[in-house]
Amino acid sequence: MDFPILSSLILLPTLGAIFIFFSKSKSNTYLTSKYLALFVSFANFILSLYLWYLFDPSTSEFQFLEERSWIKGFINYKVGIDGVSILFIILTAFITPLCVISVNNTIKTRLKDFLVAILIMESLMIGVFCSLDLVIFYLFFEGGLIPMFLIIGIWGGEKRVYSAFKFFLYTLLGSVLMLVAIISIYWITGTTDVIYLYSIGVDSKYQNLLWLAFFSSFAVKTPMWPLHTWLPDAHVEAPTAGSVLLAAILLKMAGYGFIRFSIGLFPIASEYFVPLIYFLSLVAIVYTSLVALMQEDMKKLIAYSSVAHMGFVTLGIFTFTQQGLEGSIFQMISHGLVSSALFLSVGVVYERMHTRLIDNYGGLVSTMPNFAVVLMVFTLGAIGLPGTSGFIGEFLILMGVFKKSFLVAIIASLGVILAAAYMLWLYKRIIFGKILKNEIKKLLDLNKTELFILSSLVFPIIFFGFYPEPLLNTVEVSIKDLIETYNVNLKINLMETK
Amino acid sequence: MINLNFIYSELFLAISIMSLLIIGVFKKNSSILIYNLSIISLLVCLALIFNFPISENVELFNKSYKIDYLSSFMKILTISSGIFVLLSSNKYIQITNISKIEYPILVLSSILGMMVMISSNDLILFYIGLELQSLALYVLASFNRDNLLSSESGLKYFVLSALSSGILLYGCSLIYGFSGSTNFFTIADNLTANSHGLTFGIVFILVGLSFKISAVPFHMWAPDVYEGSPTSVTVFFAILPKIAALTVFIRFLYIPFFNLIDQWQMIIVFLSISSMLFGAIAAIGQKNLKRLLAYSSIGHMGYALAGLATGTNQGIQSSIAYISIYLFMNLAFFSCLFMLRRDEKYFDNIKDLSGLSKNHPLLSFSLLIVLFSLAGIPPLAGFFAKFYIFTAVIAESMYFLAIVGLLSTVIAAFYYLRLIKIIYFDNEKDKYETSHNIGLKLSLLFSTIFILFYFIYPGWLTEIIEKINII
Repeated sequence: MDFPILSSLILLPTLGAIFIFFSKSKSNTYLTSKYLALFVSFANFILSLYLWYLFDPSTSEFQFLEERSWIKGFINYKVGIDGVSILFIILTAFITPLCVISVNNTIKTRLKDFLVAILIMESLMIGVFCSLDLVIFYLFFEGGLIPMFLIIGIWGGEKRVYSAFKFFLYTLLGSVLMLVAIISIYWITGTTDVIYLYSIGVDSKYQNLLWLAFFSSFAVKTPMWPLHTWLPDAHVEAPTAGSVLLAAILLKMAGYGFIRFSIGLFPIASEYFVPLIYFLSLVAIVYTSLVALMQEDMKKLIAYSSVAHMGFVTLGIFTFTQQGLEGSIFQMISHGLVSSALFLSVGVVYERMHTRLIDNYGGLVSTMPNFAVVLMVFTLGAIGLPGTSGFIGEFLILMGVFKKSFLVAIIASLGVILAAAYMLWLYKRIIFGKILKNEIKKLLDLNKTELFILSSLVFPIIFFGFYPEPLLNTVEVSIKDLIETYNVNLKINLMETK
Repeated sequence: MINLNFIYSELFLAISIMSLLIIGVFKKNSSILIYNLSIISLLVCLALIFNFPISENVELFNKSYKIDYLSSFMKILTISSGIFVLLSSNKYIQITNISKIEYPILVLSSILGMMVMISSNDLILFYIGLELQSLALYVLASFNRDNLLSSESGLKYFVLSALSSGILLYGCSLIYGFSGSTNFFTIADNLTANSHGLTFGIVFILVGLSFKISAVPFHMWAPDVYEGSPTSVTVFFAILPKIAALTVFIRFLYIPFFNLIDQWQMIIVFLSISSMLFGAIAAIGQKNLKRLLAYSSIGHMGYALAGLATGTNQGIQSSIAYISIYLFMNLAFFSCLFMLRRDEKYFDNIKDLSGLSKNHPLLSFSLLIVLFSLAGIPPLAGFFAKFYIFTAVIAESMYFLAIVGLLSTVIAAFYYLRLIKIIYFDNEKDKYETSHNIGLKLSLLFSTIFILFYFIYPGWLTEIIEKINII
């Protein structure tokens, strides 16, 4: 493979951002920058689809490897993908153009800067998913804080400053411990190259501490209970596109990190900490679902439901079964689609009514029928109704969990019921009922742009709900190999301790 | 016969200081001329250092003056940042009416003192260099005579610095008494591990040096002096003396007293931890940008000291890398400060930054880069500086130091974020002037580009620094 396709995926949005930053579009509409951003992000999406086409799902080896000397004798710039990471790259490349389109209605000031931030963000997120060196990974992982901080802080709602600070400091605090762990790994093993680390493994006596350090970062980012409090604030205050990026991709970085690093590098510690993860995930699923039931703010409700859904993901990852892990990845992709769709929908009505309080709505079905239909699909997707992508993920995860522990699976299933409760109730309160406010009578239905964005999300949600094969095929071999290595490692450790 | 080739740059600087003084006395209204000439003489000085590439260590004057890779590198850093400081503050000193012939000459003599410090391999020579640079700095701090704060800061700096110099001198004499020599090599040979006198001597000298780099608990002067001095002097304070003092730190700890590492390691760790934490916490409440930067530089010195505490070559190298990157960040920050000018007045209050991004997008973008870099967020240069330090620290399994250091970066991130919040999220104020002289623009552009694009090839700096081997 001569053409550096992964580096191009990373670099292309940044180049676009640089162009937009220096372009001088004085008019208020910023048409050129908007089209440029759209073009770049769409080109990146096409490129990522092409990558999927070239991708060989029959091997668990890393593909499209690129390696360059970066700090001599210390760190190499190394990127590559396997079945786990490719789907996230496509998801990122798919969501970004939608964000760019959505700015039409939502961003009123300093549009150019916003597009720059979104594109830089895309570069960094793709970088996270394909970096195969711990330091490079950290660089991308942390670098994302800067644009996201600005997105929330500049274009956010009333309490934006508080939320931006909370988001930044929480994530930074979690991540610095990961940095200590990364440097320690370098001194313990002599490398930060992930592939090489996979083959030599990390000494079992260090694993627990290192695992905890990585966990501190991923748990904040996932977010796991009780470290989730930054998420509702950030979601509520961020502009629509920011919420979409947060929910769809930023949260997935942590799930990806768990699979790639926690399980891949520290299998023994992962096994050791399973009860902790199960406990936190179950609390997240049940507790945040209950909290979501009581929310009066739509965005907050969806934010809490995100925490609950990510609880399923962590649960599935730490079953170490084929179904559980595949289900987790599927759930992350599906949640990426569904939650971004929900945030975009909230954005649609917020632009019309300028309120996010559920009580201010009701009876939208008579004025916005198209909206009612698409929102129905998204709601059902969030519940995990068979026929939507949400079902496949949750079903696989629960299957995996049943294999491990009956009790855990029962409690987790409770979460599915609660999800149905809060989502359907939300839907009922917004869409049905009597029209109590005069403003609602005057509402216009979806315009073309909104219809385009939302329906382009409806399609994959339903398509993958009926036909999950393409996604599962892609991840299958990589997951199988991951679990095999994991079990082999555990066995070796068991023999050594005996 | 002593080969004077190696000290051409120092000789040239000394001669040009004297001749510039003479020109200034005989020619009237020559302050601008002198200013430009001193920039040129610094450039020549830089060229002279590059002209004699050092392949081996040379010791001159009875081994009391050392020219090696470390000294050359640090001198290049000192002189080039001196050039940038002069370039960027050109307009400032004219507008604030401190453009006198003495100003650039004092800057040059301070730099000469630093060069002597950097190369010194002998306690006496080191003290001479230190006093030369300090005397010039006392005057510079109070250069704005009509300003009460400036006079106060000069006096404060003088009194406290003289005290610390006294303590330092006392330490030197103790060391001389117990080892029988002032030369670093001879001291190393005559070391006896359990001599309390030597330990006291080390402690006293460390106190004096910590004062110069404003490490906690010897930092009290820094905020007042930073705030009171003219900004063009503050930027000088923030960068140059720290380079020189850090070099002396390295030489002093690692040449004569390396065998006593058990004795001094704890002290350095303490200085480092307290500086990092104090710098991070005390800066939160500040309202003046210069004062805030004083606390921030206290914190940054803590990180540089953390590298020194390791007792390894890698630790030293990481400290040097840290100070090099720190230099660029401070230069960029102060260049931004010099741009906050409206109606012939300069602004240095945090509130003056409010909403800057609306009227001055490029300036605020540079500030954004600098502030995130100071906070140590990847992929900017400041992250790499910290990364090198912690790599060296963790290599020695000093996890406590590493974790405290990293946690204090999180605390420190708060006040940098606060500045960014004020620049980007708050409401705008009046516009500032946009016409700036080319030197200021150049130094801002240069340092910002360095910070922003450092990550593309971080190897070049480390490859240079890797050649510095002290132990």
